Amino acid sequence: MVIFVLSVATYLLLAWSGGGIDPIEVGIAVALGGVMAGLARAWNPERSWTLAGLNPLRWITFILYLFLPFLWGMIKANFDVAFRVITGKIRPGIVRIDSGLKGSLAQTMLANSITLTPGTLTVDVDDSGETGIFYVHWINVTDENPPEQKVYGSFGKWARRVAE
Amino acid sequence: MTDSIFAWAAIITGLCALLMMGRLVAGPTIPDRVVALDSINTLVIALMIMLAVVYDSVVMVDVAIVYAALSFVGTMFLARHVEGGV
Amino acid sequence: MSTAVIILLGIGVAFNFLGTVALYRFPDVYTRLHGTTKCTTFGSIFTSAAVVVFALERYFATGEGRFTTLTVHVIIAIFALLISNATGAHAIARSAHRSGVMPKYAVVDRLAEDHRKKGGVSA
Repeated sequence: MVIFVLSVATYLLLAWSGGGIDPIEVGIAVALGGVMAGLARAWNPERSWTLAGLNPLRWITFILYLFLPFLWGMIKANFDVAFRVITGKIRPGIVRIDSGLKGSLAQTMLANSITLTPGTLTVDVDDSGETGIFYVHWINVTDENPPEQKVYGSFGKWARRVAE
Repeated sequence: MTDSIFAWAAIITGLCALLMMGRLVAGPTIPDRVVALDSINTLVIALMIMLAVVYDSVVMVDVAIVYAALSFVGTMFLARHVEGGV
Repeated sequence: MSTAVIILLGIGVAFNFLGTVALYRFPDVYTRLHGTTKCTTFGSIFTSAAVVVFALERYFATGEGRFTTLTVHVIIAIFALLISNATGAHAIARSAHRSGVMPKYAVVDRLAEDHRKKGGVSA
């Protein structure tokens, strides 16, 4: 259902050109959204037709997350990398972190956030166990067995709030 | 006036993409080359969005969106190839 | 009128250039991925934000519909860029590690240790 709504919204935004929208365009959008949702279901049959992904509270939390901690983390990350490019001070290593996140959507979100924020890059995720274990390449290792907080701050909490 | 600023920014971005070609040719391992290719793709997308202003056409941005999707698929395919899947 | 546009473009181009420098200056694949992914994504977002600001300025000055179209399309492109770049970087890092390219100068490599513990293939 989420995929259907997102496809329709994206198509309508791309087709919209300042004025009104033709009814034909809406028809095409609905048809294409149906095709996309059907393909996603064929790809992963366990998907259910629930409305859970459309909970407005989650979307508001997601947008808040995008503009407050994520944007700030990205700005910090870039100045950090700029500093390291210029001075060449690195101490790289791959560390293991147990994230405690169960859903695959939450894990994806956390992995992407880790990649775009200060000094860290997700290399591999082991989700064979109960919760996802992240292997993170850290450009400035200060602790070989770091706690969650030290590597990515509050992103784990946000991912849990948005996607679980 | 503003158009020429966008043109200059686009020129510098294009030169950066050309510079990255060096790593694409010389990279000691294959993942290095994939990294260079991925970065070139990102810069080309930024370049297309700026050229949309210079040439005053919205179609360029649509091309950039399609290019982003295709480059993502390409990167994924190369990653699978490096891993030994394909 | 266009001071904001110039500042945004300047920051964006500077970060794009920094990404290019990072590609040559860092010693191995993983650190290069750090530099290029973050710097080029951030730089591209800033140059695109300059386009958005420019289009909004022109829209409020002239009221032509095509500038709103430009704004909406550029914002969609920014989201596509954000998602595809982060995921692509993750895919490259994973495939590099699985194909046996080890990080240089690494002080610790838990992933390779765990591979060996499980008896998996590790170069």
